[in-house]
Amino acid sequence: MHHHLPLATHTASLDITSSPRFWVRAQLAVRDVRSAFQLWRLCWTLSWLDIKLRYRGSVLGPFWLTLSTALMVGSMGFLYAALFHMDLHAYLPFLALSIVLWNFLSALVSESCTSFTAADSMIRSIRMPFMLYGARVVVRNVVILGHNVVVIVVVDLLLQVWPGVTALLAIPAFLLWLVAGVALSLMLGALCARFRDIPPIIGSVMQMAFFVSAVIWRPSQLNQHEWLLLFNPFYTILEVVRGPLLGEVPSLAVYASAGVATLVLCLMSALLFTRTRGRIAFWV
Amino acid sequence: MRAELVASHVDLDFPLYHGNARSLKKTVLKSVTGRLGDDGRSRVVVQALRDINFRLQPGDRLGLVGGNGAGKTTLLRVLAGIYEPLRGEVRVRGTLNALLDPNLGMNIELSGRENIMLRGLYHGLDPAQIRKLADDVASFADLGDFLDLPVRIFSSGMVVRLGFALATAIRPQVLLMDEWFLAGDANFMEKARARLEDMVRGAEILVLSTHLPNVIMDWCTRVIWLDEGVIRADGMPEEVLTQYLSHKPGA
Repeated sequence: MHHHLPLATHTASLDITSSPRFWVRAQLAVRDVRSAFQLWRLCWTLSWLDIKLRYRGSVLGPFWLTLSTALMVGSMGFLYAALFHMDLHAYLPFLALSIVLWNFLSALVSESCTSFTAADSMIRSIRMPFMLYGARVVVRNVVILGHNVVVIVVVDLLLQVWPGVTALLAIPAFLLWLVAGVALSLMLGALCARFRDIPPIIGSVMQMAFFVSAVIWRPSQLNQHEWLLLFNPFYTILEVVRGPLLGEVPSLAVYASAGVATLVLCLMSALLFTRTRGRIAFWV
Repeated sequence: MRAELVASHVDLDFPLYHGNARSLKKTVLKSVTGRLGDDGRSRVVVQALRDINFRLQPGDRLGLVGGNGAGKTTLLRVLAGIYEPLRGEVRVRGTLNALLDPNLGMNIELSGRENIMLRGLYHGLDPAQIRKLADDVASFADLGDFLDLPVRIFSSGMVVRLGFALATAIRPQVLLMDEWFLAGDANFMEKARARLEDMVRGAEILVLSTHLPNVIMDWCTRVIWLDEGVIRADGMPEEVLTQYLSHKPGA
């Protein structure tokens, strides 16, 4: 009387347990990550539907984001070019790129805080790898970034700026961003599910980081104090992607700082995820 | 693969977080000033399940009875792999599907069709199979044009129909079910019953939590009576049900 649909293979066999022992938990965490990879199509669809839902009923759809970014870049461009006494022709491409990339990073950080709590009803009613929720935040924001890239392209075309082949260096750096993004959304997602007063703290940290990380001003404006920026991971992580796209190769020190920051983030996230994965369902 | 569901020595403590336990600031301050509360972290821990043991094989239809807060739903969630017990183990062989809460992890902002697609993807179906799934669910749940509208505007009966159709369209070898599905209208209950019996007849495992004695008598071959997270009785439906009903306060 009904169709015999084939059954999923990844749920065909399961041992449900947890353990206070670290190495058992580590194995379970690895299993979680592996099964999330098998569900990549679900992850992609969830991310896409997230965006669709946000803009359901609006004519422009996700291009609202592009429009608001364009307005932000336009208005800030004129304002700060005047304030900093800079040539708009040189400043605007820099600002467009900076703002689009920073908005991506900043949204990634703040949405990481709700990677699990926003999916509470799903977590409580169906067993899914927790990694899936982490990856969903990253994929969703990459799609949004894809819409905002239009702003950069339009500014560059209008002002006839072209970064050259150096731009290709941004690709491996961006892949590093994706890894760091997943690590971040697992870590902050778990922390914020347990401690509900963390998101506002993260919010103010990101606001401060925006001003101190050479997003709207050029690092060279610090003159002899420029080296201080190397100790600001927000700056170095931004710079490894932004620099090449402006046609500048970041210094080795910048790469080293960004690399160390990402590594530390990934290690912390792996430890925390291993420790908390089995508890997240109780916390959300 | 032959279906099997085994719970061995399952213990589950359910931490309840409230007020200060949710706050990082308060937690840090407390550990710094050394004024430690009840269990050290001002958490209330409910002993939700204690030493749960059973083994189910194809054809077994287990009914769970017990008062509110006895641990029936928690046990179903452990069997579904949502809560992981710190002690003990649940072993599932065969595909598993759980109908646990009326929304079933559906996103109520999304349309019925989008929710069907997500469920299909979760079970690893390809696009052609997902289309088939959507047809099957649409015809069984009888939602008509509502299928393309957000689940948010569905009546509770329609949500139940969609959830039931969806959970039973992807045929699991092990089906876990909470009592809420009985909330469907009488006409739907007949259809649901036919579909569910069709599924259980395929030598699969059913675990059902319910308050209704007649449902247990009709559907179950074995009953476990849970009381405060402990198995009070385990056996044939008539025996356990008689014990349970005679102990039930006010019954």
